[in-house]
Amino acid sequence: MEIDSGNTAWVLVSAALVLFMTPGLAFFYGGMVRSKNVLNMLMQNFFCMGLVSVLWAAFVFSLAFGDGGGWIGNFDFAGLKDVGNAETVLPGYVDDFAMTIPAILFMAYQMMFAIITPALISGAVAERMRFAAWAVFVAAWLVLVYAPVAHWVFSPTGWLFEEGALDFAGGTVVHINAGIAALALVLVLGKRRGWPGEAMPPHSLPLTLLGTGILWFGWFGFNAGSALGANNLAAQALVNTHLAAAAAMLGWLIVEKIKGGHATTLGAASGAVAGLVAITPCAGFVGGMSPIIIGFVAGVLCFLAIQLKTRFGYDDSLDVVGVHLVGGIVGSLLLAFFADTAVNSLGADGIFAGGGTGLLGKQLLAVGATLVWSFVITFVLAKVIDATIGLRAKPDEESEGLDVSQHAEAGYSFGEFGTMGRVGK
Amino acid sequence: MKLVTAIIKPFKLDDVKEALRGLGVQGMTVSEVQGFGRQRGHTEVYRGAEYTVDFVPKVRVEVLLDDSEARRVVDAIVTAARTDKIGDGKVWILPVDDIIRIRTGEAGHDAL
Repeated sequence: MEIDSGNTAWVLVSAALVLFMTPGLAFFYGGMVRSKNVLNMLMQNFFCMGLVSVLWAAFVFSLAFGDGGGWIGNFDFAGLKDVGNAETVLPGYVDDFAMTIPAILFMAYQMMFAIITPALISGAVAERMRFAAWAVFVAAWLVLVYAPVAHWVFSPTGWLFEEGALDFAGGTVVHINAGIAALALVLVLGKRRGWPGEAMPPHSLPLTLLGTGILWFGWFGFNAGSALGANNLAAQALVNTHLAAAAAMLGWLIVEKIKGGHATTLGAASGAVAGLVAITPCAGFVGGMSPIIIGFVAGVLCFLAIQLKTRFGYDDSLDVVGVHLVGGIVGSLLLAFFADTAVNSLGADGIFAGGGTGLLGKQLLAVGATLVWSFVITFVLAKVIDATIGLRAKPDEESEGLDVSQHAEAGYSFGEFGTMGRVGK
Repeated sequence: MKLVTAIIKPFKLDDVKEALRGLGVQGMTVSEVQGFGRQRGHTEVYRGAEYTVDFVPKVRVEVLLDDSEARRVVDAIVTAARTDKIGDGKVWILPVDDIIRIRTGEAGHDAL
């Protein structure tokens, strides 16, 4: 198929929008930690922009989208071989799935998804993980967990794609994958010293709200960009994304107000993100008022889900499990009810569109496969890193704060007092 | 009447507060301070240049007490704030001439 300049322009912009989500996520998380850990939190996210990009271009894109069968790609596109050639057709992207954008643009667009997915996990391990261990974890997790799951679900040659499971922009690949990995990693890493007895309040909710705004903005590239074209479907996905975030914010705040007596800014931010997560798999397959229902349900359920960590005693510091895992599952399964081929003929009809329960079975399979693979591999990976270089910062480093102990920097230096002296000349 | 002042590690504040509450202490004032004793500060690196930061964040706790309570309270602070590592801080006791409760004008022991 011919390269279309309008479609190409929209996906170019979308790639930039999706990249911008990672700094947004960094601020969303960074505001929620204590001030002594803010730089480490930002760094865990920013560092993914460096490490993941290089690995993705070197060989991980090829593992995710190469022609290796249903389970994993191959090394055909390693080192971006042939990817920059305008004639290159990526495996499976033919007939109904033929792309009208250059292969190298698709590679770049998918790179931005690969950056933010491991970055999402950082919120769960906040305030106690060694930076060196994080660097090793991100590299290994990208290859062992992200690449195969992206291949299964996104590549038309992947086994879950061929089964007919639907995931428009990454409900399974990005959110369930990162959410369950976060759970596995914190189970090995352990709780922060003092949690849950000691209060660990967010040090700057304004930063968190700023990050939420950036995420919401960037998410239009994530979901509407996944149409891979500047067309009606992209516009539908954009509207769905926006309405789901809006309704989820309301859902979260209503339950919060009823249960706690106050509508909080952190609740508004978390609710909006929960809605954005839940609509991600659905964005290009549903229409009408469906995104409002999906978002509202996600806002309510994610609020209830964040209470689980204190009940079960796992320290998911910034609620990656409660928001991304639960939100991703809610969206992936509600899609089986609300999907409608009138919106997207390449999708399927869900239960409410008269399609029966067939799609629900496929969605359960995709959710289950992602949960099992990601949890098991992440758990083993975490154990291996812990046994070799150690996952956890030392107790003194943790109480001093990770900014100084891991990076030798301070997030906030106020006033003249405590002025520094230069070492040497 | 005495003023007990303690300089402690910030993460020990909760333990100290609970210990004093357990002794029936009615109130206290805390502030975030910076200082150094025998504990070294840390180094920070900006654009390749290394700097030493001598002042370490600490918490100062101040409690006004009757003479008879001072020693017990000091012992409780020492026990609660101790980690056996360098930088645990210090506690000292000062005599107080008078205390006035602003709202009522009560003075001396009545103001405690």
